Order: sequence, then C-alpha cells, then structure tokens
Amino acid sequence: MSSYVITVSIFIVIQAIVAYGLNIIVGYAGQISLGHAAFFGIGAYSAAILSTRAGLSFWLAIPLVIVITGGIGLILGLPSLRVKADFLAITTIGINFIVEAVFLYVPFFGGALGIGGIPRVTFMGTRLFGMNYLLLCLLCLGGVIVISWWFTKCWAGLACMALGEDETAASSMGISPVRFKLLAFVIGTSMAGLGGALYAHQMRFIAPSDFGFPVSVMILSLIVLGGMGTLWGPLLGAVILGALPELFRPFTEYRMLLYGVILLAMIRFQPSGLLGEDSFIRKIIRGRKDGIS
Amino acid sequence: MNLFIEQSLNGLAVGSIYALITLGLALVYGILGVLHVAHAGIYTVGAYIGYWVYVSTGSLMIAIVVSMIICAVLGVLIERFIYFPLLKFPPYVPLIGSIALFMGIEEFCRLVAGPSVQTFSLELPFPELEFLGIMVSPTLTGIFLISAMIFGILWFITTRTELGLAMRATSQDMDIASSVGINSHRVIDIIFILGSAIAAVAGILVGIYYNEVYPAMGTVPAYKALALIVVGGLGSVQGAVIAALLLGVAETLLIGYANIPLPRDALAFIAMIAVLLWRPQGLFSKGS
Repeated sequence: MSSYVITVSIFIVIQAIVAYGLNIIVGYAGQISLGHAAFFGIGAYSAAILSTRAGLSFWLAIPLVIVITGGIGLILGLPSLRVKADFLAITTIGINFIVEAVFLYVPFFGGALGIGGIPRVTFMGTRLFGMNYLLLCLLCLGGVIVISWWFTKCWAGLACMALGEDETAASSMGISPVRFKLLAFVIGTSMAGLGGALYAHQMRFIAPSDFGFPVSVMILSLIVLGGMGTLWGPLLGAVILGALPELFRPFTEYRMLLYGVILLAMIRFQPSGLLGEDSFIRKIIRGRKDGIS
Repeated sequence: MNLFIEQSLNGLAVGSIYALITLGLALVYGILGVLHVAHAGIYTVGAYIGYWVYVSTGSLMIAIVVSMIICAVLGVLIERFIYFPLLKFPPYVPLIGSIALFMGIEEFCRLVAGPSVQTFSLELPFPELEFLGIMVSPTLTGIFLISAMIFGILWFITTRTELGLAMRATSQDMDIASSVGINSHRVIDIIFILGSAIAAVAGILVGIYYNEVYPAMGTVPAYKALALIVVGGLGSVQGAVIAALLLGVAETLLIGYANIPLPRDALAFIAMIAVLLWRPQGLFSKGS
C-alpha cells in the first residue's frame, strides 16, 4: 500500500472509532448528541498536553485520556437528564461551541495556534507510523467494535436501548434513566477520546478548528448513512464517506456539498440508514433469505 | 456615558437583526416543531440576492423586494419537499435534514459566489439623528425603523387578524384546526413565506451593517438563533425577540467593557445552557 492510501485509511479508522462512540449515545441510548466533536477534541488535547507537557508516553497517557474524556463526558452528559430530544440537540451544539471556544481562548490550550510537536507513538523502541500506526488504529477499532457488540448483548446495553425506545416504559420497569443515560455518555465519549488521542499522535499538530461543530455533523452523518444503532453501520459510513472524496479527487471542492447532499438524501428517503431497519439493503438480504427457505 | 449609549444602540441594532432571524425560526418551531437550522441558509441566500440585485439595478427597494420573493419561494419549497414528509419521524430526523440542507445551501453559495467576501457598501437612505449629543448613523436608524416596522406588522397579523387566529390554532393542534375548517397546510405555507421573507431582509441588513456578504455568514446566526428560541421559550415569538435584543446588547457591551476570555459567540450558548438547567420552559414563557 502506498503511504497515501495508508494515511487515508488511518483517518477513516479514527473516524470510525469516534463514530462508534456516537453510535452508543445516539444509536443505542437514543440521546441525540450534536456535539461529539467536542469529546474528540478533548481526547486529542489531553493526549497532546500529556505527551508534550507532562512527557508521558502514549501507553501511559491513553488510559488517562480515556478517563479524562469519559469524566468530562459524564459531567457534560448531565444536561441529558433534564432535557430531551430537540432541547438536548441544541444543548449539545452549545457544548460543542463552548468547548471549541475554550480551546481557542484559554492560553493553556495554545489558542488559535493549537498544540504542535506531538511525538509519534513508540512501541518497544520503534516509532510507529504508516502501516504500523494503521495496525495500532485497527486494533483500537477492533476493541471499540467488540465493546459495542458486547454492549448490545449485556444487561446495561439492553437497559440503555430500552430507555432509548421509551423512557417512561423503561423507568417503570425499574431501569434508572440517570444511571444508564450517563453510562452511555461515558462509554461513548471515552471512545471519542481514544479516537482523539490517535488523531493527535497521527497529525502531531492540533488546532481548535479541527473539533468544531461541522466535525460533529460529519460524525453524525457517518452513522446516519451507515445506520444508527447497528453494529456495522458506523464502519460502513466511515468507509463510504472517507473514501468517496478520495476517489473523486478532482471534486475536492464539492466535498462538503457532497456530505450535505448525501446526508439530506439519506434522511429524506432512508432515515434508518443503509444497514438500519427496513433499509433497501436489509430488504434485499431478507428477500434472498426468504427465497432460499 | 455617550459612548455607553452609543455602544448600547449598536448592540440594539445587532439584537434587532438577531431578532429578525430568530422570528422565522420561532414561527416555524411553533407550528411544525421543527428546528429550522436551514433558515440561516435562506438568510445567506437573501443577502446574496439582495447584493446582486442592488449592484446590477442600483435600487435598494427592488433588491429587497426581489430577495424577499425568492427567499419566500425557497422557504415554501423547503417546507413542502423536506420538512413535511419528515414530520412523522422523531424530531431529530428533520433537525439533521435541516442541518444537511443548511450545509448544502452554504456550499452552494460558496461555489456560485466564490469564497471571498463581497463588500456591500451602501448607506441606508435614512436621516442621521442626533439628540443630546448622541449621533445615530443612518444605517442604525434604518435598521431600527425597518425592524420595528416588521415587528409591528407581525404583531398585528398574529394578534389582530383572522389569519393570526388560524396560525395560533394550527400551532396548538393541527388536526383539530383542520377539522374546524382551517386550511392548515396553507397556514404553514404562509408562515414559511413570512419567516423566509423576513430572513431575506435580515440578510440584507446584516450585509449593509457589516458592509460584507460572504458564504459562511449564516453559520454563527444559525446556531445562535437556536439558542435564542430556547432562551425565549420554544415557540414563543415575543420571548425570542426579547431574548435576541438582550443578547445583542449584552454581547456588544461585554466586548466593549469586560475582558472575558470567551468569544461573544459562546455567550448565547452559555446563557442557553443556564436557562435550560434553571428554567427549561424558557425565560419568557408563562410556565407549563
């Protein structure tokens, strides 16, 4: 593989990791969040600060990054207990703008210049980049997918999904909305934090605008395209939306227009996504199965 | 003291423009329950059309009228083809659709008009006022008069006419309104026409006030207006207008006097989150 393909793949994998986090919050727990890039950014900034200022190695920093992002996710998930649906969407947009503003205006975070000089990840004395770094990212993605799969099977995950379906009914069955909504937020934002750390060490330079609201919309469009609340939807969405602009290099100008049009067309004609319930792909697969049996 | 008053007047002008943008959003939310983010896209389109028509004809009046008509048509198209079919889904579905549409409109403007800033230099044809040594520039006077006129007309329509009654009935319960003979679909159309036409005026006024028109001019107002309708109480038009005026003044004064390490654009969201946690039904609604 050429280094170009590897770099593009690394970004696709990182986006998929972040999208899996959002899928837990939006897809499984049904809490609409339009501020996921804030947590992606918190992960990236904490990884950058821990490695450049505190001099921690990636392996020591990564558990800390996940704890920090998950902790902040817990705090910023608190509004979800009070506000629902539309209000929650606007609140999370607000959180994204505020977090970006903090990165931009608090000198500790480097201001508009961002943070540079982030070292590469080293493993057993060798520096990981290119193919090796892609493998590391894939490993993390694998972990994230396994956790997502386990989440759909375990009791806590089922409780979250019940809350997402019908909060009143679920809480009357003894499922605490407080505990499980926050659980979904913590898991989802931790995954975003992991993605952020991988992003920081790949880019080696980060700035506030990398984590603005448009990035949140992009992540959301990945899971809307792939299929919200499905196990493979985020990965499919990340691959399609990540690879399309690269395949159509001459149309780089139209990249954002393409995102907008794809998202709009999906929402308008197939709100459940490519792999969601009664999507045309599901229908084809089901049709074949019916034909065989 | 004079400086303070002048700053406040500037803030009030910014607030009036916010209010004009937020009006359409509050009207649409009131009737459809859709967070109409793409409203700011209409506002950008309105500013561009106003600018082009003004440059080619030289008449501000024609520019405003043409821009209002095109934006009204655009608004109705968006309602017919995007929001109405999505109403049966959970509320985040139309919201995501609206954000996607907004991105699309913004990119379309960037591709058609180019990414650079167009200078919209023009004095509004209003007299310069002066009282007690405070100068009010023609542009400010124009913004105040035009917005006051629009608020007045809208207030008259919603409270004193049969159309307003139909609008309020439809926003309370669309099915029951239809059953007593209100053509609720036409009411929705009229709301989109009104809101979008006002957004066009807001776009042109912003272009004149800051002397510039550019593709991303809608981004910040798009989300700030969302915050404003929450602060004002979702669906409450008066609340949204008051919140918008307050925000305009607060932002301008904070930039002028306080040294806060947060940008003015985050203020609306901080206020919004505080309001949501403390009084989720909005500052100015009568409680639920």
